[in-house]
Amino acid sequence: MKAALFVPCYIDAFFPEVAIATLELLERLGVEVAYPLNQTCCAQPMANSGCHEDAAATEALFVKNFAKYDYVVGPSGSCVHHVRENLTAIPQTAEVTRVRRNTYELVEFLHDVLEVDALPWAHFPHKVGLHNGCASLRALRTAKMSEIAGPAFSKPLDLLSKVKGIRFVTPERPDECCGFGGTFSVFEEPVSAKMGYDKVNDHHSAGAEYIVSADMSCMMHQKGCAERLGLPIKFIHIAQVLNGARE
Amino acid sequence: MSSRDDILAQVRRNQPPAAALPSVSGFGAGGGANPDEFKAALARMGGRIADAAADGDLTALVRKLFPDAKVVCSATPEVRGNRTLRAVGAPAELDDVDVGVVRAAFGVAETGSVWLTEAELGVNALAFLAQHLVVLLDPERIVGNMHDAYRDRVRFDARYGVFLTGPSATADIEGVLIHGAQGIRSLTAVLVPGGDGNRAPRRPAKPG
Amino acid sequence: MKRIDHAEASSQFIKATDHMDFHDKRLWDLRKKRDRVSEALPEWQDLRTLASAIKEHTLTHLAAYLEEFERNAIANGAHVHWAKDAAEHNQVVFDILSAHGARTLVKAKSMLTDECDMRPFLEKRGIEVMETDLGERIQQLDDEPPSHIVVPAVHKLRTDVARVFADTIGTDRKNSDVHYLAESQRQNTRPYFLKADAGMTGANFAVAETGTLVVCTNEGNADLSVNLPKLYIASVGIEKMIPRIEHLGVFVRMLSRSALGSPITQMTSHFRAPREGTEMHIVLVDNGRSERLGMPDFWYSLKCIRCGACMNTCPVYRRSGGLSYGATYSGPIGVIIDPTFNLRKYSSLPFASTLNGSCTNVCPVKIDIHDQIYKWRRVIAERHQLPFVKQEAMRAAGKILASPKLYRAAVETAGVGVDYLPRFMMYSRLNAWGRQREVPAAPPYTFRQWYLKNRGKKK
Repeated sequence: MKAALFVPCYIDAFFPEVAIATLELLERLGVEVAYPLNQTCCAQPMANSGCHEDAAATEALFVKNFAKYDYVVGPSGSCVHHVRENLTAIPQTAEVTRVRRNTYELVEFLHDVLEVDALPWAHFPHKVGLHNGCASLRALRTAKMSEIAGPAFSKPLDLLSKVKGIRFVTPERPDECCGFGGTFSVFEEPVSAKMGYDKVNDHHSAGAEYIVSADMSCMMHQKGCAERLGLPIKFIHIAQVLNGARE
Repeated sequence: MSSRDDILAQVRRNQPPAAALPSVSGFGAGGGANPDEFKAALARMGGRIADAAADGDLTALVRKLFPDAKVVCSATPEVRGNRTLRAVGAPAELDDVDVGVVRAAFGVAETGSVWLTEAELGVNALAFLAQHLVVLLDPERIVGNMHDAYRDRVRFDARYGVFLTGPSATADIEGVLIHGAQGIRSLTAVLVPGGDGNRAPRRPAKPG
Repeated sequence: MKRIDHAEASSQFIKATDHMDFHDKRLWDLRKKRDRVSEALPEWQDLRTLASAIKEHTLTHLAAYLEEFERNAIANGAHVHWAKDAAEHNQVVFDILSAHGARTLVKAKSMLTDECDMRPFLEKRGIEVMETDLGERIQQLDDEPPSHIVVPAVHKLRTDVARVFADTIGTDRKNSDVHYLAESQRQNTRPYFLKADAGMTGANFAVAETGTLVVCTNEGNADLSVNLPKLYIASVGIEKMIPRIEHLGVFVRMLSRSALGSPITQMTSHFRAPREGTEMHIVLVDNGRSERLGMPDFWYSLKCIRCGACMNTCPVYRRSGGLSYGATYSGPIGVIIDPTFNLRKYSSLPFASTLNGSCTNVCPVKIDIHDQIYKWRRVIAERHQLPFVKQEAMRAAGKILASPKLYRAAVETAGVGVDYLPRFMMYSRLNAWGRQREVPAAPPYTFRQWYLKNRGKKK
């Protein structure tokens, strides 16, 4: 099976280790991974600010980079949500529709497409607080949402429970938004920071040594908060844990 | 063109494409309702339950529940108070009533609510100016849930009606629960058969 | 008209730590109560679907239902008036009061009357208006608008209420016992009920089939306001219509569960016709609703039953408080309807959101709130109501991210790595990020650089 790796701009720039882990993990699971070199971004920052016109050229570039692949996999819930639901600044040709439909968030891809049932190399002997970013949770529906009753399910938890030694702790408000929200984090900084502080304090009080998430953007914000607060809590992307990172 | 015409014209112009009206049948609780369910629901809403005495003397019961009451005003002949509703000119005259007594048309088990209209209240304000209210309710006249309650349109032909569910309450200050916000400080339900049967039909007898 | 600066207002709210902590916890508690009671009803999601469909049907046939309602209300002996906007509403209400020589008015909570700014209008013309809901009364006495549509004084602590009451109704400033304060308001308000010339309510639901208005309160203040005076005026937004009595089963079951986590409000009052010897006047109000009906992306907001569940769940609302939105309607529902009242003034509100989607999940009538918030952002950008800084930052970002070369130049330098952030993040507000957070460290290489070095593939 062949898939193209979609590396969100902020991961390319700040958290290359996440993309490296994603690449290695997919290859370990038998996927032939292509990395289109001219990719940049999915255009979410512009689109989420209402700047539809400014998003168009970037969206077109995204489609151009990924047009020939049946699977496009990216380690970011919010970016993949944007591609699947909101990549609408460009004419919706057959090619555009196809690329949008073929784009998967990493956890979705591992759980639903590859149906991963074992990760023998993965060993993460730590107490973990799982953070489901709101796009992953409520838009991509990777786990049960607390507002809606129903049978419990969680794709990230299913994958993480195959990791040896991992222990989970649950914060008091498991799926309250952490306050990143893209440009919200700078244009509504007071509330954003307060939400981030509350989130990391909640995980810390529950006893988490690590916060693990499929969304590095959320964690970038939470990490910034935790470091400023002097909390000893650490952050790692789910790709890294599933790929065998020990810490 | 009046404002009415302007508003209706603009509404007509802007109405989105028609959406169908769904059916709401099938959500009733079905069959009758357990009086115990009613009592539990009412208790959760801050209401009280009192058992009728064996001798059936409801006037004595009210006196026993509220020994310090100076003014008792009953809208039902089953209880004798010392203030007659017939003599009331303006509703504000009921300001000094300590205990009001009414018989409800019917109750709802889901919520612990009782339905009262001008027919049951005599003077509507009685259920709100009284400091305390005693509500007689025939246990055979309890329906299952609010869907059941609203199914019979005839019940709602009154000029005024209210589902009363426990006492007046508020938690507007720091979430602290207060009973007796503007209205009654307590509501006591007494489940005892009675009533003239023309307002709320009895719940169907169980089959077999 | 001055733009509301939600971020600045929220900053002030957050600084008052005790107040903010209480506010957040109290409303989160209401959200959890809602969760419990909705989970207890296996049919909850079906009821949401039903409630949403009933409202959509009604709104798409609104003219017919309004006419049916009016016909029945008049047959019941009520008077029906129509008001195109807030000003006309206020004038109509005043005219009714003056025609009856009414000088004192007791009223139950009505967001519509707040929306129309009715109280100052009447007070200037010599009408004494008494808010009878405890929360609204506190706010009236403190000369502050309500901050939450269900619990208007939720942003206040008991000590604040003690201060307000001491200054206005003569209670003991040092006594902040909640029972004492509530009892004081009860005693202070009661004489007004008894002697008021007129009473006023809003309406949660208006039933077209019978001309009935349904008003849900916990305090019983609507019943007192209507059943004592000889004149009753009801202000009803035209979107409050529902077709039939039987539909009340759905909405009454959902309203209080969504709002407070209780199965029903203590008083669920049905006003169909005036008492003998009294008058009932219904004012049907448009004030932008018919226009909103014609907005394909935004008309779903008219389904709102004013439960406040969206406010309780919103993490931004809980930490910024209703007053920070500068409008009668705050929180998620406010964010999507306020721009219809004044796009420029409320242009920052759709950005006071992380688009997390919790509001949409708790809405009993399935308003697609967070999707509408997203769509409003586009409207605001296209009508040039974005702050200049953001507009320019997005234009710059749009150019850089559309070009692989420009993008790489922004994130890489001379093969060594990142030593400055992409422009769109740096642009003027970076210091905002760093105010309360550490800035992410710059790694020695981008992923692309690592890939080229370690996997050596070139296209």
